[in-house]
Amino acid sequence: MSIDTETARRVAKLARIKVEDDALPALASEFSAILGFIEQLNEVDVEGVEPMTSVTPQRLKRREDVVTDGDQQDKVLANAPDAREGFFAVPKVVE
Amino acid sequence: MTDLSKLTIAGARDAMRKGDVSSVELTQSYLNAIEGAGALNAFVHHTPEIAMDQAKAADARIQAGDAPDMCGIPLGIKDLFCTKGVASQAASGILEGFKPEYESTVTTQLFDAGSVMLGKLNMDEFAMGSSNETSVYGNAVNPWKVDAELTPGGSSGGSAAAVAADLCLGATGTDTGGSIRQPAAFTGTTGIKPTYGRVSRWGVVAFASSLDQAGPMTKDVRDSAIMLEAMCGHDPKDSTSADMAVPNFEAALTGDIKGKVIGIPKEYHMDGMPEEIEKLWKDGTSMLKDAGAEIRDISLPHTKYALPAYYVIAPAEASSNLARYDGVRFGHRAKLDAGDGITEMYEKTRAEGFGPEVQRRVMVGTYVLSAGFYDAYYNRARKVRALIKQDFDKVYASGVDAILTPATPSPAFALGAMKNADPIQMYLNDVFTVTVNLAGLPGIAVPAGLDKNGLPLGLQLIGRPWEEGDLLNVAYALEQAAGFVAKPAKWW
Repeated sequence: MSIDTETARRVAKLARIKVEDDALPALASEFSAILGFIEQLNEVDVEGVEPMTSVTPQRLKRREDVVTDGDQQDKVLANAPDAREGFFAVPKVVE
Repeated sequence: MTDLSKLTIAGARDAMRKGDVSSVELTQSYLNAIEGAGALNAFVHHTPEIAMDQAKAADARIQAGDAPDMCGIPLGIKDLFCTKGVASQAASGILEGFKPEYESTVTTQLFDAGSVMLGKLNMDEFAMGSSNETSVYGNAVNPWKVDAELTPGGSSGGSAAAVAADLCLGATGTDTGGSIRQPAAFTGTTGIKPTYGRVSRWGVVAFASSLDQAGPMTKDVRDSAIMLEAMCGHDPKDSTSADMAVPNFEAALTGDIKGKVIGIPKEYHMDGMPEEIEKLWKDGTSMLKDAGAEIRDISLPHTKYALPAYYVIAPAEASSNLARYDGVRFGHRAKLDAGDGITEMYEKTRAEGFGPEVQRRVMVGTYVLSAGFYDAYYNRARKVRALIKQDFDKVYASGVDAILTPATPSPAFALGAMKNADPIQMYLNDVFTVTVNLAGLPGIAVPAGLDKNGLPLGLQLIGRPWEEGDLLNVAYALEQAAGFVAKPAKWW
């Protein structure tokens, strides 16, 4: 399957990665090569096969529905590029 | 006085208990070795103060006579593990400056056992790569050398290089598609990826969560057994961690494999595989046979589809896991232009912070998960994954105890050799290892011979789920028979 530059642009947008226009054709051709490789999977008969959800089947453990953590605002914010007054700061989202 | 750099974990443990050497002496000698090994670019963050503090505490514990096996053992820690207050960047620019406020479960367990952290080790960015060439720190270099500088493999390239060059007694690695076993094979070291769920993933930067497992990289099988045991165990903070008792793996190393059934999968004979890899595999088969094992030809019919399934599932999970790098909570944030909103912040931050291979995989993952393609790619890959696991289930149900394969399709290649190849060529490095991750099985790489240029070659053994002890014992028997003792000549 061949990926065109418009599809490459759309995927980059969905992935929230800025790709300059002049880099799109090369990216599209790399995608095409990788997807071509992946398309071998179409040769496999998967009729009636359940998609794997867990490689080592086990029941998820349960625990009491109680608070076990918290009160760590300083630590949570310690690595933020921009933290102010106890919050993460980001560019304006709502006008 | 013994040459400290030649010690193994087991040897150092015994020497420290006898009082022949202290952890402080051992640690200092490794710190000196690291200082002199800048050319290998294996250690990318140095933590000598932490190391000396831990070594002193370890010596006190050893003197008190109640020290675990890993007490006082100097280790390197892959940069993928979060270590409290110490840079943990997954070799990515996007985590520049990130110093976790917490300690991963694996490193917590190792440090609780008294181990010493010498520093953080180079790797491929977010563990995506097979040559350590996608690292923001630059390439790690293989201590084995033929003319040109060679890759130590990847993604745990720094770990492999450090162990092979005697810069530490052991190192943590992680393995999503072969990232412990391929670098071990390229450097003449031993590395085991345990059963999925054996080792907690908590605090290990996530790549593909359904495939990622941590494991030890060491100088020999005994050391892998000792270090693996210290890393294993149930962790309530990882919901996929198995609540199972951890056996004494070292005690399993009897070397007796009489009557064990070893499977040789016909699908692992690849077209174009170098003759010396075929020969190594044959030789390894004979060694196990001579040690009393029964050799049986087996078939794993879906092997061919493992790599394509992996290159759907791993990028899909990566695209989801790496969504957290948004320039808000940690790491890098791009400088914004006037008028830029939050979307521009995400897009610029991620374009600047992620290297090309990581960007490629995130975008491939985004594509295969996008509306209209989810069933065709992602669900189909998960079905093929189920079939790959079934192949192994059938073989094990028929009485096979372990499977012997080559670890890699070639010896270590030159750094830069794959620069102009398309990404698939690099992916083919993992052709023998990736099936094991997809099936969640334990796998170990053991050095078993040298190629015509004197470079190490490894064999892989694949075990039954949760039976790492048995697997380590077969590996031990192979190690004894192969008698691999070669070391790289020091040039760095």
